[in-house]
Formats: sequence, C-alpha cells, structure tokens
Amino acid sequence: MAYSTYCLICGGTACESSKADEIYKRIQAGVSEKKLEDQVQVVKTGCFGFCEQGPIVKVLPDESFYVQVVPRDADEIVEEHLNKGRPIDRLQYKEKAAVVETTDQISFYQKQVRIVLRNCGFIDPENIEEYIARSGYEGLAKALFDLKPDGVIRELEKSGLRGRGGAGYPTARKWAFTKDTKATQKYIVCNADEGDPGAYMDRSILEGDPHSILEAMAIAGCTVGASKGYIYIRAEYPLAIKRLQHAIMEATERGLLGEDIFGSGFNFEIEIRLGAGAFVCGEETALLMSVEGRRGMPNQRPPYPAVKGLWGKPTVINNVETLANIPVIMTRGGDWFASIGSETSKGTKVFALTGKINNSGLIEVPMGITLRDIIFNIGGGIPKGKKFKAVQTGGPSGGMITADYLDSPIDYESLTALGSMMGSGGMIVMDEDDSMAGVANFYLGFTVEESCGKCVPCRVGGRQLKRLVQKFVDGEGTQEDLDKIAEIGHWMKSSSLCGLGNTAPNPVLSSIKHFSDEYIIKEAQ
Amino acid sequence: MAVETRTTLPDELCEFILEWKHRPGNLIMILHRVQQHYKYLPEPVVDEVARLADLSLAQIYGVATFYNFFNLTPPGKHRIAVCMGTACYLKGAPALTEELSTTLKVGVNEVTEDKQFSLLEVRCVGCCGLAPAVLVDEDLYGKLTPEKVQEMLDNYQEGA
Repeated sequence: MAYSTYCLICGGTACESSKADEIYKRIQAGVSEKKLEDQVQVVKTGCFGFCEQGPIVKVLPDESFYVQVVPRDADEIVEEHLNKGRPIDRLQYKEKAAVVETTDQISFYQKQVRIVLRNCGFIDPENIEEYIARSGYEGLAKALFDLKPDGVIRELEKSGLRGRGGAGYPTARKWAFTKDTKATQKYIVCNADEGDPGAYMDRSILEGDPHSILEAMAIAGCTVGASKGYIYIRAEYPLAIKRLQHAIMEATERGLLGEDIFGSGFNFEIEIRLGAGAFVCGEETALLMSVEGRRGMPNQRPPYPAVKGLWGKPTVINNVETLANIPVIMTRGGDWFASIGSETSKGTKVFALTGKINNSGLIEVPMGITLRDIIFNIGGGIPKGKKFKAVQTGGPSGGMITADYLDSPIDYESLTALGSMMGSGGMIVMDEDDSMAGVANFYLGFTVEESCGKCVPCRVGGRQLKRLVQKFVDGEGTQEDLDKIAEIGHWMKSSSLCGLGNTAPNPVLSSIKHFSDEYIIKEAQ
Repeated sequence: MAVETRTTLPDELCEFILEWKHRPGNLIMILHRVQQHYKYLPEPVVDEVARLADLSLAQIYGVATFYNFFNLTPPGKHRIAVCMGTACYLKGAPALTEELSTTLKVGVNEVTEDKQFSLLEVRCVGCCGLAPAVLVDEDLYGKLTPEKVQEMLDNYQEGA
C-alpha cells in the first residue's frame, strides 16, 4: 500500500514528556475519523534532534516542520493539512519571521551529516520492517557471507572508526585482539551506561533506532566468534529499555538473532542488563563487574577486556554510538566512511548541544567542523544577546574551551591539545554570567560523589580538591590553595586507577588556566 | 532468642528469583525487580531474597549500597527529582532545589513528614532542551522557575 502523505511525530524522551504521545494519538484518531488511513501514515519516530522546539510534527512530502505543538493543535493538523492539504502557517518553524521551505534549509540542520542518526526521526523504532526497508540487517548478511571475519576487520580498518565513548581507540584493533584470542566463549558488550550529566546521545539512538545496535552487535559477534551479547543500560532510561526489548523480540522472531542466523550456522543472542546509577560503570572494567552483578569497581589494566573480560573471557566492549556506525560501514564500505571527517578522526560525532545556546538539541556533525560553526550556525548563538564565554566538552572529564579557540577543528587530537577531550558528546555552552569556578566546583561535586573509593588519589584527592575550589567560590582562596590544587591535580591525573580519577581535575585545571582572573586570591588581612 | 517470623514474598517475586537464581550475574537484576515491587528494599525482604537466591547478606548489601538507584528506606508517595545535569545546573536548577526544599520543609534525599514527597537531585534526565527540568514521578516539568513550583506541587496534593 502506498501512502501519499506521512505524518511523523517525534517520540524522543523530551518530546514525549511534552505530550507528544497525546498528539500522536489525537492525530491518529483524527485520521481514522476522516477515513484517511489509506492515504496518510502516522508514525511515531525517534528523536528529531531539535529538542528546543519540541514537540515536533513533520508532514511529508510537504516538508512542513511544525514546532512546539500542543495536543489541541492535532485536530487542526488533521483537518487543515492532512485532509485539505493546507499547511498551517502558525505552527511552521520560522527563521527571521519567514517559514523555512524544507527541513534541510533550517540552519540547525544545514551543516549536519547524519550517519549515526540516519534513521532517527524517519522510522518507527518499534517496527522492524521500517528498519529493514532502510537497508537494515544487510550489513550483517554482508559480514556473514561476503566479508567474513577478516574482511570485516579490513573494512573497519579502512574506515578509521574510533571509539565514540571518549577515548577514541581504533575499533578495528579492539575487535582484532578479541578475534585473535583463543577461547571457548567470548562476549560482546554494548556500553549504554550514559552517565555524563548533560549528554543524551546514546539514549536518543537507542530510542530512535534500536535495531542498528542489535545488528552491529551481531556483526561483532560473527567477526570475533562470540555467541552472546549484553547491553548494559541505565535503569533511568525506561523508554530506551522498552524499545530495545521490543526490538530484540522482533529480531529473534524473524531469525535475525538467535540460532542459525540467515542459515549461516552462526548463533547470537542478546540480553539486557540494567545499571543502577553509578557513573564509574562507564569505565569498561567497572562496567563488566556490574554486568556480573557486583559492585562496579574498576580493575587494573592490562589485561584488557579484549583478552580477559566478562567472566574472564575475551570481550569486545563498544559504546552505543560506535556500534551505530558499523552497519553502514559494512554496507557502504570503509573507504566511503573514511572520506568524511578529518585527517585523524573519521566520520561524524553526535553532540548534545546544550546550555546557554539558542538551538539546543542533538546534532551530528562531520569531524573537523569548527566550534564556531556548531555554536553560531547550528546552535544559533547565545540567547539574549549575551557574550559567549566558554564551551565545555567531555563532561566531568573535559575542560573549558575559550573564544580564542572557536576556529579549531573538532577531532580527538585537537580537543585534547586544547586541554579538553572529545568525551562522549556533551557540549555545554556558557555565557558571560556563568562563573567558571562555580562550574568547576559543580563537576568536582559530581566526580567526588561518583568516585568508587577503590584508589586513594581519586577518593582522597577529589575530596580535597573540592574543598579547595569551594574556598575560591566563597572568596576565601589563597595563593597556597591555588598551588595545592595544581599539585593534587597532577597526582590524581598521573596515579588514579581509572579514567574517572585521571580526568576529574580537568575542569578545574582548565578553568584556572583560561580564567585565572576568576580565581581571586584573598589578600592577607 | 526469639524466632523471627519470616516474610513471605509474593509468588511473582519468588518465581523471578528462582528463574534468575542460576543465571550468572543475577544480583542487580533481582534487586531491580524487588525494588520495583516494594519501591525500596525492606530488610526482612532482603533476608528472604538472600535465602532464596543463595546469596550472602554481605554480597547483597555491598551491591545495594554501592549503587544510587537502590533505596534501603521507604520513599515518599511521589518522587520529585530535580535534574542536576550541567545544562539544568547552568539554567537555575539549584534555585529549584532550594525552593522545593523550603516549600516542603525537607532536605535533599529526605522524605516529607507526611510521607507525600521524596526530594532528590538526579543526574541528567536527557531533556536538556527543556532545562531546567524536574520530574515528579513520570511527569516532566520543563523550563521550570521557582515561581511555578507551588503550582506544580498542587497537582499532587491529597484530594487534587
């Protein structure tokens, strides 16, 4: 059956919580009341990304982009647009008071390249047919019958894909280690424990396109020789969990997961394991402890999980965004992927652009784009005519980047060189009103609370660092305190057991470096 | 010593525990299921879980106290969670906590005297576009200001 019109309603968490579901139901009811079911398909999709303007309703092929829709607008959309074919000017997204003709022309979307989010906002995440219609599970078939394990690794190597969880380790190398380790049982683990405050990339991918993760895990399984996968996801993401469970059921029913996939003899099953609110579990060895049902405390590496991981068996751990890239790399090839991005960082990166910014939302940009492009073109600049002060990437592990560096291209290396890091994708913009010592103190509060307590530098160092920074927030800091912060910061960075402690001093150290005038030394009385 | 009367768990919980008993790494999943039922982990129930699942109390409490998600004391009837993600922090979440705390006469991580509300500060709820955000049970209040706090609470007062 061919529909002439499609009405897409954003079903991401932010829109959903602003009554998107009610809007969806009212439009659907209206469509059946007007007997338009044969012409209009009403779909609840994953996140459109433009959360600032939600809830969003999009009508195709007219390219009408309705923003800040409320439930009572639903009847008008049905009556005027879907029934009579007259787009509703009042609800359309406008730039400079003019309706923007197509979605691509909206400045928020213009510079974006959607690979990871290719299906988010286009398909119904609870219908496997729609995923399959957009080349879903083709990558798995190609990996199984055409590329074979060595070919998959070769394509990944060509693609240059690096881990999107923050550290940027080459995915091909990770998989190859596990593939080459001999063991009776191996595991694939998806890290969906998105704990960075101010970041929700993984959640949106899982909610909007859950099958892409299942497919990628199966590809990893057939490549390294694993028959079992776990998705470790935050219990705080109920909608994402529900959609994943549904997707696993649909895929298993169709033989895309389970035994003898595509008749190839390859078996692969996926189970969901819930996190329970511990930021440190984003660290891979801590995460594995948690999947095993224990306290999530990190272990010394090496041995790396690729060799000795879950229950002592070789384990591939990849983050959600990394995995979402893999099916497309299989179908379109590593060379195509490598053609996007910068010299050292290929492909795209998804950021949660938030804070003091006009268009906050979820964006996907090619690596190598400048911060200026993101903040002033996509993000539409700073609200209320305030002055840009800094942008923070990498969450509690990252640093502040100032106006002087707005033209730096974004990739793993350049962000590290600026004293920050790629991180998982939180990008928080701050204006002239924000106190940098205050923000540093906020992040430290977070890391101190989330420290697992296993190693001394992080457990004790973090607390002392927090105490000293608090003094500056209260206007009581001295030169001696400032020196002490540098010293403790140095030791935490160099001697903590895991990434949490290694990077916890970054926000405070970078804020001192760039905004020393905000760390006012109290004169001796 | 007096013999303690043992709590009997509902059948559905027993079934769940027995189903998971022999699966590796079951503890966190079992605790999630138990907390889903009782809203927290009551002591007599934990004893019974330990017996059924053949786990030591030390193991269970070790895990239950490590993770923020598990409660050992009963929460209020409604859960108010102020998002403390960075975007919400920058856009005024601390003022919301303060307002809630004064209005309800309760500290963070505490329950009001009438047991109606628990006040919590939580990590990013993933609605940064709506910052600052507060969750009351499943309802999200975006772009909230201290002035609108009372109006929000009125939706949950007894008889409302």
